[in-house]
Amino acid sequence: MNGRILEEQLFNALMLSATFVVVGSLLVVVGVIIIKGAPALSLTMITETSSGGYLLGGAGGILNAIIGSLYLIAGSIGIASLIGLPVAIYLNEYAGTKLTHFARLSLDVLYGIPSIVYGAFAFTLMIVLGARESLLWGIITVAMLVLPIVIRGIDEVIQTVPSKLRDASFSLGATQLETGFKVVTRQVIPGIVTTVLLALGRGIGDAASVLLTVGYSDIIPTSLNNPVATLPLAIFFQLGSPYPHAQQRAYASAIILLGLVVMFSVAARFSTARFSKFVIR
Amino acid sequence: MGLTTQEMITALSPHICVQDLNVFYGDTQVLRNVNLLIPRRQITAIIGPSGCGKSTLLRSLNRLLELTAGVKLSCKILVDEIDIMDPSVDVTAIRKKLSLIAQSPNPLPMSIRDNVAYGPRINGMQILREPNGVDGVVERCLRSTGLWDEVRDRLNGPASRLSIGQQQRLCLARALAVDPEGLLCDEPTSALDPISADRVEKLLKSLSTDYTIVWVTHTLRQARRIADNVVFLFMGHVVEQGPAESFFNSPKEATTKAYLEGAFS
Repeated sequence: MNGRILEEQLFNALMLSATFVVVGSLLVVVGVIIIKGAPALSLTMITETSSGGYLLGGAGGILNAIIGSLYLIAGSIGIASLIGLPVAIYLNEYAGTKLTHFARLSLDVLYGIPSIVYGAFAFTLMIVLGARESLLWGIITVAMLVLPIVIRGIDEVIQTVPSKLRDASFSLGATQLETGFKVVTRQVIPGIVTTVLLALGRGIGDAASVLLTVGYSDIIPTSLNNPVATLPLAIFFQLGSPYPHAQQRAYASAIILLGLVVMFSVAARFSTARFSKFVIR
Repeated sequence: MGLTTQEMITALSPHICVQDLNVFYGDTQVLRNVNLLIPRRQITAIIGPSGCGKSTLLRSLNRLLELTAGVKLSCKILVDEIDIMDPSVDVTAIRKKLSLIAQSPNPLPMSIRDNVAYGPRINGMQILREPNGVDGVVERCLRSTGLWDEVRDRLNGPASRLSIGQQQRLCLARALAVDPEGLLCDEPTSALDPISADRVEKLLKSLSTDYTIVWVTHTLRQARRIADNVVFLFMGHVVEQGPAESFFNSPKEATTKAYLEGAFS
């Protein structure tokens, strides 16, 4: 047989098996979580707050952690996007090459900083300011954590915008601001959605950054100054418990967290399709 | 030539007058002491071999060039006898006055309707405040480029779904919507199929009664068909410029003769 054809088939098989390993491990992870958590999963888990025991919730559900996570991620993604989009546009439309290079380098370093470091930093700030653990500080910490992801993600997609689009806008008498926010941003909306989703996945699943900053509470917060529970913390605390009953609830919480992330992904897919309608290819 | 520059300016009352244009990309000089007179409401074709600086010249006329990183330029460009290089000049007004039509169509990532309305909207044009404002502008501009009947049923559809020839006519309609005085066309037909190209060419030709058109082209045959005036650019220099008839029939410079005879292209 021809050696090149053999080579082709060999590498095809190798790549296929690598793909199977990746997809397979994902399925194993999801499978284990479901098998271990399913017995504890009930409607009560998602409709009631915990009761009957500090942290672990000897009874009731984890609605407090679900709502807490949603509040936390909504606040932090909101802040990160409001700061991130202007920064990304500034770097691409206004800033000089040196500043852009320096900013990208800094952001890439920030991107790689472990989340516990952000948590420790925010905790230090809180001590200095005399602040207590609260939803607000959780939002600030997670916003710091996801900001580099948001900025660099949007920055990367803006770099793919062809210069002919800017020419078109400028030739009609647009300013740089109008070109940046009305033309460039529209062109990259699908990329922005993907970026925000990525940041959301990182933010909602992170326990270390909020371990020291949100406190933990079995009631749903009514103010930014209340302590709050999050799903990753619920998993962490319940899993650390010596009681099998609580450990099982940790896996059930993980299923719920997974479900949330999947829901966001699907929603983002659909909205991206809608926003892609006007994009110039 | 006989006449001094000042005498020519007075005699021709040109729409655009370029004086001593020098452009550098980094350390490379791409335009050298370019002097040009562009008459009002006529087609001025800029011809010359690839890489001679035609597009660079065109893009300096509405100061689009200075947005390119690493470009340095020095010159005086008079548009209606006002120096557009003056720091006090509103650069957005210049670009609106002399709109660029690009080589490959560049519709904006919006609907057909919004593509046309974008310019009037950002410029806050008075006409939008009239009853039927936006729709009126959109219809008028699309009609004047012969696109109205083809797209009237899908004005809210994406501009990117139009055929490439339609996209170029949309770009033209979009430029007309800001009431420009001139159109800077950078090989506007070269990316199109022959039928669309012919259509856009005829359209621009008919618009030249109302607009000053500066048309970069690399095909001599097209220049012969469209030009009222010709500028021949070679290696960053203007070799010869003048009315099309005398330029093609009795070129003065040896380089021009050689180029017209096809000695190089």
